[in-house]
Amino acid sequence: MSIARFWRETPRRYNLGGSKCTTCGTTYFPPRAVCPVCPVHRQSIEKMIPFQLSGEGEVLSFTIVHEAAEGFELQVPYVLALVKTVEGPVLTGQIVDAAPEAVAIGLKVRATFRKLREEGKAGVIHYGYKFTPADDPSFATSARGPPVPAPAENPPRDRARA
Amino acid sequence: MREVAVLGVGQTRFGELWNRSFREIGIESGLQALVDAKLASADLGGLFLGNMASGSLIAQEHIAPLILDYAGLAGRHLPAVRVEGGGASGGLALHQGYLAVASGLYDYVVVGGAEKLTDVPDTVGAEIANATADHEWEVVFGATLPALWALVARRHMYLYGTTREDLARVAVHAHEMGSKNPNAHYRNKLTLEQVVGAGPVAEPLGVFDCAPLSDGAAAVVLGPLETARRHTDTPIRIAASQVACDTMALQHRADPTTVGSTVAAARNAFRQARRAPADVRVAEVHDGYTIAALVSLEDLGFVEKGRAGTEFASGRFAVGGSTAVNTSGGLKAQGRPFGAVGVAQVVEVVRQLRGEATGRQVADATLGLTHDLGGTGATSVVHLLERTN
Repeated sequence: MSIARFWRETPRRYNLGGSKCTTCGTTYFPPRAVCPVCPVHRQSIEKMIPFQLSGEGEVLSFTIVHEAAEGFELQVPYVLALVKTVEGPVLTGQIVDAAPEAVAIGLKVRATFRKLREEGKAGVIHYGYKFTPADDPSFATSARGPPVPAPAENPPRDRARA
Repeated sequence: MREVAVLGVGQTRFGELWNRSFREIGIESGLQALVDAKLASADLGGLFLGNMASGSLIAQEHIAPLILDYAGLAGRHLPAVRVEGGGASGGLALHQGYLAVASGLYDYVVVGGAEKLTDVPDTVGAEIANATADHEWEVVFGATLPALWALVARRHMYLYGTTREDLARVAVHAHEMGSKNPNAHYRNKLTLEQVVGAGPVAEPLGVFDCAPLSDGAAAVVLGPLETARRHTDTPIRIAASQVACDTMALQHRADPTTVGSTVAAARNAFRQARRAPADVRVAEVHDGYTIAALVSLEDLGFVEKGRAGTEFASGRFAVGGSTAVNTSGGLKAQGRPFGAVGVAQVVEVVRQLRGEATGRQVADATLGLTHDLGGTGATSVVHLLERTN
């Protein structure tokens, strides 16, 4: 995956930045430019505002993956889940810091900032959200784990060219 | 709009066809269909070719004119169009061919589907299949296509009490039917114990819950129903052709156990044909993963939501049941050459409706259904086919 392709999504992947329709109040993750549920959906164009998810939610469904997606080979077996956030949007992500047999539908979880995968020895390291059980004591003081710096205005490649 | 009929069918064997090239299998199925339809090439209006990923799989794009050329038709300068919709590419191509003939702009067209998956290692093939899910918001976070269907399975088990054995029965049935189909990738039978005990891919799905990556091609000739008798004694009318879409990512469905695109395509198809699910005697249903077949049987309207596992166990979907499902062996046993699947489903149903499905023939089959689906159901295609004599 090119650096720019991953970089441009970092505000969402690092900070759980979604969007909210100011017409009907429905929230989305990732952000959407137009609201799919508004009866006259074109009226929501340019009325979607940024919306921050808290990262808290519960497991809607889960699987233990044994044949990994590319870049996840060293993590098998890993737990992948649909997590319904308290704000409404459902996210797909790994459940970590929990034994697979401890994961169940309904388990309360919290988003945490982790390394997702790396593209070989010289490749890009991808970061983003995973989920841990909400009762994990190491996250008692913060809903989303350690704070994450906002991404730079331009990708490093563009700055180098300038 | 005029009525459209299937006049001829063709199909290669599905499987690991290491000694055969993409263009070879593409033209074999197309020429078989032309011969079956007794169609002079001078009458042909064009080609629609379903294919998912030739660029990634065989480093060849621009494949529709390639197949047209090697079918000996380049000199006629016919239009040839590739159609892509993940695993639903074949059904989508058929819909385009149907529209072309129904509109009156073309009289006769060939609709093909072809995919060559074994020219790359199976890990690469699987990664390309994963790209039919949402790369940015599913795959990047560790999702694979079987993992996403496993999320559907776990939720279905939780809500409706579907069991591991309910899933496994779909694969056992597929291999039973595949053993009767000389074109099938797998012709061995499986026991329930073998499916349940196989190595895990994404729990609760194991190796035998997942369709293979296959090479293969299939083709049909379409033409106006009014002149169909010049070409065949048993024209098969396309009673409905419907495409519908849903969210790209599973996470955005209000209910992960319902594929909205299948519900919509089926509802529109039955409305178009003025028929009901109970009228369907033979159906080819997407079973890329065992759970997909159960969910699809529900979403197509054959059974209530949550009941497919129980009904499947009752034998209702076997040959001799009220609706025989996946008599070809389905994607699980006949094979999964992505772009060819939707067309091969139609080939099987046409053979059933003509009474030519030797060894697996369904008695009194007059109305058949095909259903193919891309990714986790962002695209679904449903066709209803009817014998007219």
